[in-house]
Amino acid sequence: MKQTSYIILENKPLTINVFRMMLRGDTSPIIAPGQFINIQLDGLYLRRPISVCDVEGDRLTIIYKVVGRGTERLSRMAPGAALDCFSGLGNGYGLTCAGENPVLVGGGVGVPPLYLLAKKLLEQGKRVTVCLGFNTAEEIFYSDEFKALGCEVRVSTVDGSYGAKGFVTAVLPDKPSYYYACGPEPMLKAVFGALDCSGQLSFEARMGCGFGACMGCTCETLTGYKRICKDGPVMRKEELLWNAQR
Amino acid sequence: MERTKVNLLGIELDNPVIPASGTFGYGREFAELYDINILGSFSFKGTTLHPRLGNPLPRIAEAPAGMLNAVGLQNPGVDRVISEELPNLAKIFHKPVMANVSGFSIEEYAETCKRLDTCEQVGWLEVNISCPNVHHGGMSFGTDPAQAAAVTKAVKAVTTKPVIMKLSPNVTDIAAIAKACADAGADGVSLINTLMGMRINLNTRRPVIANVTGGLSGPAVFPVALRMVYQVAKAVDIPVIGMGGVSSAEDVIEMMMAGATAVEIGAANLADPFACKRIIEDLPAVMDKYHINQLTDIIGGAL
Repeated sequence: MKQTSYIILENKPLTINVFRMMLRGDTSPIIAPGQFINIQLDGLYLRRPISVCDVEGDRLTIIYKVVGRGTERLSRMAPGAALDCFSGLGNGYGLTCAGENPVLVGGGVGVPPLYLLAKKLLEQGKRVTVCLGFNTAEEIFYSDEFKALGCEVRVSTVDGSYGAKGFVTAVLPDKPSYYYACGPEPMLKAVFGALDCSGQLSFEARMGCGFGACMGCTCETLTGYKRICKDGPVMRKEELLWNAQR
Repeated sequence: MERTKVNLLGIELDNPVIPASGTFGYGREFAELYDINILGSFSFKGTTLHPRLGNPLPRIAEAPAGMLNAVGLQNPGVDRVISEELPNLAKIFHKPVMANVSGFSIEEYAETCKRLDTCEQVGWLEVNISCPNVHHGGMSFGTDPAQAAAVTKAVKAVTTKPVIMKLSPNVTDIAAIAKACADAGADGVSLINTLMGMRINLNTRRPVIANVTGGLSGPAVFPVALRMVYQVAKAVDIPVIGMGGVSSAEDVIEMMMAGATAVEIGAANLADPFACKRIIEDLPAVMDKYHINQLTDIIGGAL
């Protein structure tokens, strides 16, 4: 991890409450898809962790949903402003076990980190299927961007206003070689239950420090206590306590 | 460096800056960022006799000028601290370290301290009788003078190391607790632990923190902490370690003027992992600004 300053190039809404922010600066601390940056915001004590959506040279993209005061403040930041960040936090997704046709499963604001992951897997010549779940058609973002990369994209909405009606588990492919998931915990649990192949899941937590010092986001796994910010946010399917509950 | 030296219970510190327990882990994450040997010392993660996972998530909430935490004393237990964490720590930190101890019974406090007493690296035992985030233990020993004295006595009986009792601000009269500890043989006191607080999520209408309540820390608590350090320093003759919302070299000096011999830095490490480094580097210039030749000259200056 490294403390660095990013200049905001663009900060635009993708939906009514999901924003994309393009940043410029030192992206070298980001070494894997699924890592996050921790952003200092005026008037707030704790930094706000936001996953990295894309990295290209000195450009970095984050996509965030306005859910509280931190993200609300972030949404009002104008291009040209500088963000004090700790960059390259968390373990990120491992690419080596993906197999030939991995599936990437994202729910809502869990979708962004899958974008850089999809790019990396495609670079390795994988056939990538992306399953995206949203509540309504109005909330959909980035399905076209995944298509443009060359992924097969399947979309579900809870209310059926676009794509398959229901949760994202409704559109999962039959026999993926591996899965990567990011989204709210009920979605992760549903994906865990629905797919037999091995996989990696990225978890969300309210964090204190974001770099492993405060134990504010520790969870129990079959391989010991894990700090979601430092040992995660990505966990291997095999280490989740859900295995013992099956 | 000579100007910033202080003596804490027989051990000389290069400066009075000590990261507070629970905000610095075992130093590893910070050693990746800077050489932590610039610190006066540090107080490692609160240790109990048995391993503890701590409380369910969420454990953290934002607060105005601060934060709430309810980690709940997550730690691998004293035996693993001694066999794994301390040897690892010795590779990155070469000064005496403060062992922070918590417990759920007087016997447990004593047993944990007894085991840590054998560790050469440990310069002081900081006995936490003030954790607000565990039930049936922790803070309950720090809110009653008789209980606080009983823990002090039990720990003093099993160690030759200096014993510093870490006090809770969640009491009517913190000076009375400090006095009870001092009378029972405590070598020093440190204060304040966090102030009990809570937040509610307006969307879910439920407490943000799974434990419902959490401990408030950060700049929000600094004036309260300073007042309590002042009151305790007036009431006892043993050294006082001040903490609570300290985030700058100026805050360190203010704490020392209120009676602190050394100063612990807590929440600031989480918001800014370079906080202690910055404070240590800023100290000489801030001392110059206020015409302070030696830090030891100002301890208790405002009393």
